[in-house]
Amino acid sequence: MSAVIPNDALPPVIEPGQNASTITTEISAVTLQRPTGWLWIIGLLISLASSGLLFVGICWLLYAGVGIWGLNIPVAWSFAIANYVWWIAIGMGGTFISAGMYLARQPWRNSINRFAEAMTVFAVSVSGIFPILHLGRPWFFYWLFPYPDVMNVWPQWRSSLEWDFWAILAYLIVSIVYWYIGMLPDLATLRDRAPTLAKARFYGLLALGWRGEARHWLRFEQFNLITAGIAVALVFSVHSMVALDFSEGLVPGWHETIFPPFFIAGALFSGFAMVLVLGIPLRRFFGLQAFLNDRHIVNMAKMMLCAGLFVDYSYFSEIFTAFYSMDRYDLAMTLHRLYGAYAWAFWGTILFNALNIQLLWFPRVRRSHAAVFVISIGVLIGMWLERFMLVVSSLYEDFVPSAWGMFWPTFWDLAFLAGSVGLFFLMFLLFARLLPVLSMFELRKLAHQSGSGAVERGGEP
Amino acid sequence: MSERLLGLLAEFADAAQLRGAVLRARHERYADIEAYSPYPVDGLTEAMGVRRGHVPFWMLLGAIGGGGFTYWLEWYSAAVNYPINIGGRPTFSWPAFLPPALEMTLLWAVLLGVLAILVGNRLPRVHHPLFAVRAFDRASSDRFFLLLRASDPRFEPRRAREFLQTLSPLSISEVME
Repeated sequence: MSAVIPNDALPPVIEPGQNASTITTEISAVTLQRPTGWLWIIGLLISLASSGLLFVGICWLLYAGVGIWGLNIPVAWSFAIANYVWWIAIGMGGTFISAGMYLARQPWRNSINRFAEAMTVFAVSVSGIFPILHLGRPWFFYWLFPYPDVMNVWPQWRSSLEWDFWAILAYLIVSIVYWYIGMLPDLATLRDRAPTLAKARFYGLLALGWRGEARHWLRFEQFNLITAGIAVALVFSVHSMVALDFSEGLVPGWHETIFPPFFIAGALFSGFAMVLVLGIPLRRFFGLQAFLNDRHIVNMAKMMLCAGLFVDYSYFSEIFTAFYSMDRYDLAMTLHRLYGAYAWAFWGTILFNALNIQLLWFPRVRRSHAAVFVISIGVLIGMWLERFMLVVSSLYEDFVPSAWGMFWPTFWDLAFLAGSVGLFFLMFLLFARLLPVLSMFELRKLAHQSGSGAVERGGEP
Repeated sequence: MSERLLGLLAEFADAAQLRGAVLRARHERYADIEAYSPYPVDGLTEAMGVRRGHVPFWMLLGAIGGGGFTYWLEWYSAAVNYPINIGGRPTFSWPAFLPPALEMTLLWAVLLGVLAILVGNRLPRVHHPLFAVRAFDRASSDRFFLLLRASDPRFEPRRAREFLQTLSPLSISEVME
C-alpha cells in the first residue's frame, strides 16, 4: 500500500495537539451547546414526512393486505425482500467497522465506530419491518417463535426463513446492546457537562450512574472485547442466513453455493458506502474536522473498493458458472438477466457496483470528499438494484413458460422504499442531535497513546 | 443524607500520576481504595491488584446455556413432542438445527455479559455521593481521581489527608455520605 501512496501524505488519525480536555469539549459541545441548524431541521422535516408516508402505508397494508404492493405469483418477493436485504446489509458494514477493526487494532476506527454502530441499529430496525409485513398476515409473526400454544404446533426448524428470524432477532438485540453499553462512558460525560438540570437528568438516567471506576473499566473492556468477537461472528452468520433464504430455494439464479460469501461481501460493500454517506456530511456540518479527516475517508474508500471487487468477482463467477454448468435453466436465467425485461437492473448494477468504484483506484479521487460521497451514493443505488435483480430476474421467468409473469411496482412499493429511507434518516438525525456522535473515551485514550507515536504508525487498513 | 465521611478524594492531571498514586497508597497499606479515570488506563487495574472479573465466565455460561437450550428445544419439539415422518427423513435433523442454536449462543453470551457488568459494577445507580463533589464532574472528561475510603481500617482523616498531600494532587475533597 505504502508504495502506491506515501503514508505520510495522510494526516494523523486525530489532529495533533488534541488531548482529553479538547476532545471532550469539542465533541460534547456538538450535542450540548451547538445550536440546531436549519439544515438539520429541514432534514428532519423531510424524514418525518417520509416516515409518515411509511406509517400510512403500513396502516393501509394491515387493512388491505400485501396486494397493495405489485407482488404476485410468480414474483412473490419483489421490493419487500429487496429492501429487507439491502437494509440489513447496510447494518453489517457498521458492525464490521466497529468490531472487526477493533479486533484488528485499527486506531482510525475510533473516530467512526460510534455513528457506524448507530447506523447499524437503525438500519437493522428498518430492515426488520419488511419480512414481517411481507408475511401476509403480519399479526401472526409470533408464530415464528417456539411458544407453547394450544395448537401444539412448532416452528419448522429446517427452514432458512426460520433461521432468518433467529438471526435478525439476535443481531438486532446484540447491536443495540453493543452500541448502548459502549456509549455509557460518553453519556456520563454529557451528564457531568450538561448545562441544565433537565439535560443532566436525561443523560444521567441514560448513563446508569457510570463513574469510570477502575473496576468498571475492567469489566467494560472485557465485555467489549468478547462482544466484538461475537459481533464479527454475527455479521458473517446473519448475512449467510439471509443468503440461505435464497440458496435454499430451487429457483435458478438462487440455488448457488456462492451466495453466503457473495452476500457478505455485498453487505460490507454497502455498509462502508453508507458510513461514508453519513460520515462526510457529519464531519462537515458538525465541525468534526479534527477527528474525521482525509485518512479516515481514504481508508474507508479503500475498504469499499476492496469489498466491491469481491462483489464484482461474484457477478463474474455467477455468469461463468451458469455457462460452465450447461444447465439449461441456469443458462436461460442468466441470458434473461443480461438481456431480458429486467436487463436494466443488471446493467445498472454493473454500472454502479463495478464501473463506478474503479475511480477509487486514483489517489486524487479518494482524497476528494465530494467524489467519494457521490461514488458511495452510487454504490448504495447499485446494491439496491442488485438485490432487486436477484429477487425479480430469477422469479419472473423460472422453469415453465406458462408460469412466467412480470412484476410492476405500485405506488406503495415506492412509498415503502422511500419511507424506509426516511425512517432511517429520522432516527439518525435524532441520534446526531441527542447522543454523542463520536466515541469520546476511545479518542481520549488514543490521544493519550499518540504521545508514543502509536497513532501515526498504525493507520492503514 | 447523613454527614458521615465516605472518604477523601484526590484529583490528578494525568494517568501516570494516578497509577503512581495507587501504587503508593497500596504501599502505605490502604486496601479500600478506588481509582477513577475518563478512559481505560493500561495497567491501572494491575496496580490496584484487582482480580480479573467474572464477565468472561458469565458470557461463556450464557453461550452454553443459550445455545444448548435452543438446540435441546429443537430436538424436543421435532423429535419428541411432535415428530412428523416425511418420507422417512430423520426427525432430528441435527445439521439443519444448528443455525438457530448458533444465533442464540451468540445472543445469550452478550445478554449475560451485560447482566454481569451491570451487577458487577452495581449499576444502574443513578445517584452516588461522589456526584456531590464538584471536582468530580471532570472525572468523565480529563481528570483522574483516587478515593481513600473511610471504611478502611487504616483510614484516619488527618493522616490520610497528609498522605494524599505527599502525592501532590491538584485538589483534595471530602466525600460525604
